Amino acid sequence: MSAVPVTSVSVEPTSEPKNPAPRRGKTPRFGAEPSRAARYIILIVVGLVFLVPLAAMFEFSLRTSGKVGVYNFDHYVSIFHTDPATGIDYSPLFQGIVNSLIICVITVALMMLILLPTMLLVELRYPRVRRVLEFICILPITIPSIVLVVGFVPVYQKVAAIFGSDPWTLAFAVGIIVLPYAYRPIATNIAAFDLVTLSEAARSLGGNWLVVIWRVILPNMRRGVVSAIFLTVAVVLGEYTIASFLSQNTFQTALLLISQTDPYVAVIFALAALVFAFILLVLIGRFGAIDPGAREASRARRAAKAAARGAGTGTATPSSRDSSTPARSAS
Amino acid sequence: MTTQTIKGTPTASADAAVSSTVSRGAGAAKPRRLSAAWLGFTPFAAYVVLFLAIPAVIAVASGFFSESGAFTLANLKALTDSTIINNFTGSLLVSAISAILGAVIGALVCFALLGTKAEGLLRTAIDAASSVLAQFGGVMLAFAFIATIGFQGFVTLFLKNTFGFDINANGALLYKVPGLIIPYTYFDVPLMVLTFMPAMEGLKATWGEAAATLGATRFHYWTRIAMPVLTPAFAGSVLLLFANSFSSFATAAALLSQGGIVPLAIKQQLTSETIVGVANTAGVLALGMLVIMVIIMFFYSLLQRRAARWQR
Repeated sequence: MSAVPVTSVSVEPTSEPKNPAPRRGKTPRFGAEPSRAARYIILIVVGLVFLVPLAAMFEFSLRTSGKVGVYNFDHYVSIFHTDPATGIDYSPLFQGIVNSLIICVITVALMMLILLPTMLLVELRYPRVRRVLEFICILPITIPSIVLVVGFVPVYQKVAAIFGSDPWTLAFAVGIIVLPYAYRPIATNIAAFDLVTLSEAARSLGGNWLVVIWRVILPNMRRGVVSAIFLTVAVVLGEYTIASFLSQNTFQTALLLISQTDPYVAVIFALAALVFAFILLVLIGRFGAIDPGAREASRARRAAKAAARGAGTGTATPSSRDSSTPARSAS
Repeated sequence: MTTQTIKGTPTASADAAVSSTVSRGAGAAKPRRLSAAWLGFTPFAAYVVLFLAIPAVIAVASGFFSESGAFTLANLKALTDSTIINNFTGSLLVSAISAILGAVIGALVCFALLGTKAEGLLRTAIDAASSVLAQFGGVMLAFAFIATIGFQGFVTLFLKNTFGFDINANGALLYKVPGLIIPYTYFDVPLMVLTFMPAMEGLKATWGEAAATLGATRFHYWTRIAMPVLTPAFAGSVLLLFANSFSSFATAAALLSQGGIVPLAIKQQLTSETIVGVANTAGVLALGMLVIMVIIMFFYSLLQRRAARWQR
């Protein structure tokens, strides 16, 4: 017991010249990171402010029309007990949801059958065209939907002549709006693995292009493709502008319509849709985290940090961030 | 080669039959390789031309044609009409104010998130929430704010009952153009978090260490290192937020019955309540919006390029 070297039993560490006064036993902070208190204060305040409108939606959906302060789940129950005779009819809303889901499926198909193969073709054979493709795919962010709508109206007169004017035809227009969202995660994914080398290796082992795409490339593209699909679904479910001008009944246009007769149900479905989209995107984020490379890297970083802490200050932590950031939806 | 890239779009079905006879890239002659390439791009190109290029061109060009279909510049007179000018001013003001507010609050959130794990649950949740609120809210956010600060809103009633303060004393706050700033800021903050976080994370730990070694306080570090490095990214993000607010339509359409901002003016024109007595005013307004958007996005990409220097 007394054989312990006495150096570590420091009595009230007098501030050494090379170390400014340590606060609460921690090394002094430098660099950009906020203190723990500052971090929590900012996040909690902003978080609460942002939750208020969502909480207000929930509170609103529990109200009873005409009576103040009476809360119950009647409006939720009424969704399952529609009665057209008494004017409780949500069929346009359900029809809108069905239409939106059909548009989702077709838009996803457009992305997977048109955009994805084109991106692979560019990557494998024509890397020079990559910049052009990227420019085209990001372009819809620059052109507001409302501007495109002015042009969609005449185009859709032609489309209606060929395909009829069913709601599913909206998928062509919405697909353009989706392009940036679908392009980005797929591009990030392509950049993250050695597509060309892998496919050349597979080709030299005798696989034909179909086999290479199906058994080598696509399995490596899982994350990007899943992110692109989820984002596409979220965009389609939230799309209002194009649907309203082309006079189609989709989820969003039906919401606005129903809000004029039954605001409570509209709010319930809006809140549910926001929560649903949130869950989809959390899944994307988690999916992005299921990436052995990133996890190894973060574990290595943590280990290095711990080592640095153990060794006191002065050791440089490896600051090279790996480039496997989860797919961002916005640019 | 790449026959599987051609999936039966109507335009490509004829080409598919041809390309299936094209030999497998490696041994093919040059001209055939080239044609195979163009075949591979056909479906995407056809789709983009039909549904992006043509609508965009129609939207902008329609402003230059009269009722009878003759080319004219007379329609541009619409841009000097006082209602239209007011719409543009309204749009620009609302977008600018909400962009700046959103950028400042969003940057604070990014600062608070520094040092949290990018793959952690907190960041995943914040990223997901940001994406939803920034990009898929639209009509739904309008409902949220009606339920919050509308006449019977949660916050409205709370303020009335506790402080006797009526936020809607001068008419409904939310159903006027300045009221749009509130929901617009609400979806600009999350977009700021999404776009500015990578720049914040580009602040290298080594810079902080170097500065501390040279005796800099954190104040010095922020004012002399972090802020100069982050300025281009911040300015770029402000522009992106501005563009986001400027082109937003759904939230405003669900809140405002009359016009007041350019997207709503386009809606009025398309649903044939003409504001101005010239043909195809919607096209002229679309052109005006697009010019502003292109200018903003041009400067945004310049700033992004500058900002990217520090994010490697």
